[in-house]
Amino acid sequence: MVENRPVLNVITHLVLIIGIVIVALPIWITFVASTHDAVRMTQAPIPMLPGTHFWENFSQTLLGSGLSGTETAPVWRMLLNSLTMALMIALGKIAISLISAFAIVYFKFPFRMLFFWLIFVTLMLPVEVRILPTFEVVADLGMLNSYWGLSIPLIASATATFMFRQVFLTIPDEMLESARIDGAGPLRFFWDILIPLSRTNIAALFVILFIYGWNQYLWPLLITTDTDMTTIVMSIKQMLEAAEQSPQWNIIMMTALLAMLPPVFVVVAMQKLFVQGLTETDK
Amino acid sequence: MLKRVHFPRSALPYLLVAPQILITLVFFIWPASQAVYQSFLIEDAFGLSTEFVWFENFELLVDDEQYLQSFGRTIFFSAAVALLSMSAALVLAGFADRVVRGATAYRTLMIWPYAVAPVLAGALWVFMFNPTLGIFPFLLDMVGIDWNHYLNGTHAMMLVIFAAAWKQIAYNFLFYLAAMQSIPRSLIEAAAIDGAGPVRRFVDHIFPLISPTTFFLLVINAVYAFFDTFGIIHAVTQGGPANSTTILVYKVFNDGFVGLDLGGSAAQSVILMVLVIAMTVVQFRFIERKVEY
Repeated sequence: MVENRPVLNVITHLVLIIGIVIVALPIWITFVASTHDAVRMTQAPIPMLPGTHFWENFSQTLLGSGLSGTETAPVWRMLLNSLTMALMIALGKIAISLISAFAIVYFKFPFRMLFFWLIFVTLMLPVEVRILPTFEVVADLGMLNSYWGLSIPLIASATATFMFRQVFLTIPDEMLESARIDGAGPLRFFWDILIPLSRTNIAALFVILFIYGWNQYLWPLLITTDTDMTTIVMSIKQMLEAAEQSPQWNIIMMTALLAMLPPVFVVVAMQKLFVQGLTETDK
Repeated sequence: MLKRVHFPRSALPYLLVAPQILITLVFFIWPASQAVYQSFLIEDAFGLSTEFVWFENFELLVDDEQYLQSFGRTIFFSAAVALLSMSAALVLAGFADRVVRGATAYRTLMIWPYAVAPVLAGALWVFMFNPTLGIFPFLLDMVGIDWNHYLNGTHAMMLVIFAAAWKQIAYNFLFYLAAMQSIPRSLIEAAAIDGAGPVRRFVDHIFPLISPTTFFLLVINAVYAFFDTFGIIHAVTQGGPANSTTILVYKVFNDGFVGLDLGGSAAQSVILMVLVIAMTVVQFRFIERKVEY
């Protein structure tokens, strides 16, 4: 605060509160919709205050068949699929990026730069621009409708490799010298020194990658045809289509709420790591 | 790049990079080269024979009125999303920067839409703007606007822009706030002593000082609007009505998976790849410059 301006202070808080209201409004409306019964949600205008059917909708969505009249997997199953996919993507990316960054920073070997550039190129090829041929590869490998097919093609990561490379470069050379004098081999050094030293970076990256994995849409949409493999994020679209015939907005919005809860929880609960991860990976 | 001290030569580094390289080759390099190869082929209507045609697919695209319109639309969409969400974030971060107490609480409440998947953001907005039920069409009706994004292309475009910009505010806010907080206080205090009011300080000092962040965010937002908004379009409008919200990424998907025009879709993929490469280069050049400062 540079100088004291009471009027400006009031305006500041007012603007921020209005901003938050606008940012939060869609979520509030979703929450309200998930607390009313199906009949109330077909009458315009829709309510702006919560109703009394929250737990009823909650158990019907989570444990029941979800939306009636459609062939979808139960919601708990979809949540499980999403969780599996998100964890596989996040942990897989971290694992393969850690070891490849280790190789590139701590070893001198032929084709080192070629490998580095190959990894770099992945940055320029998002799924969206190569969907058809990638789909064909996955189909040829028989990985459609499997957790492997959902996660492996998304696991290569230039950003994570670069981030770990950056972290390793800041670790003083004396560390390696003394470890070698004490007789530690490369794997021992990696496991006992590098991993513990980059623990917060790994955690920060995990937060970002978990959200990334959970929110995948186009890729699961292409490679899962089996309803048992649907992810929760995908199911929203199917429900929106079904809503055109028989609107059950209370169930749809409850599902949407359940779908956004895990990543939102991760962001809010691990805010410090989240901010760190976001600023590190994008620089 | 490489440590001064390193481990002796062995087969180990190859084993360590193998998983990453293998996945990159199988799921990135090979499909991308297939896309380039397919973009030179034309398949007949029954999929029986293919012909190597060099750049004919690209020539067809350049002459294709619909493709050019989609291109223009994507640029408009990206510009609108970037402008809307960056200016909202800039204003909010500017005020949040003034707050002494409760700054973290404001930040927490502002950043969580980042975690909402694009397709969910689309679902929330399509519900709020549902022509028969939604709260906004109800309010708009009072001022005499008949909102229907199922029939009106302009309405549909506005809706996807709102949904896409809403989701991106959190990200922009975070980066703007961090940039503003890294400006030395003494600078702002000096300006205040010289008689510059809050608005003057913001326009003449803070905004120019955070211009690197603005540029960085511009690139990030453009990439986001080009590639990550597929879910929003797919959930909200499916490119319609009458292609009024078909952006390039959606068109690649639609022509390839629904229209089964393999050559045309591949040619579009190649053009998109060139665009991503250009954007990545711009982004990296900029970061190099920032390191020098």
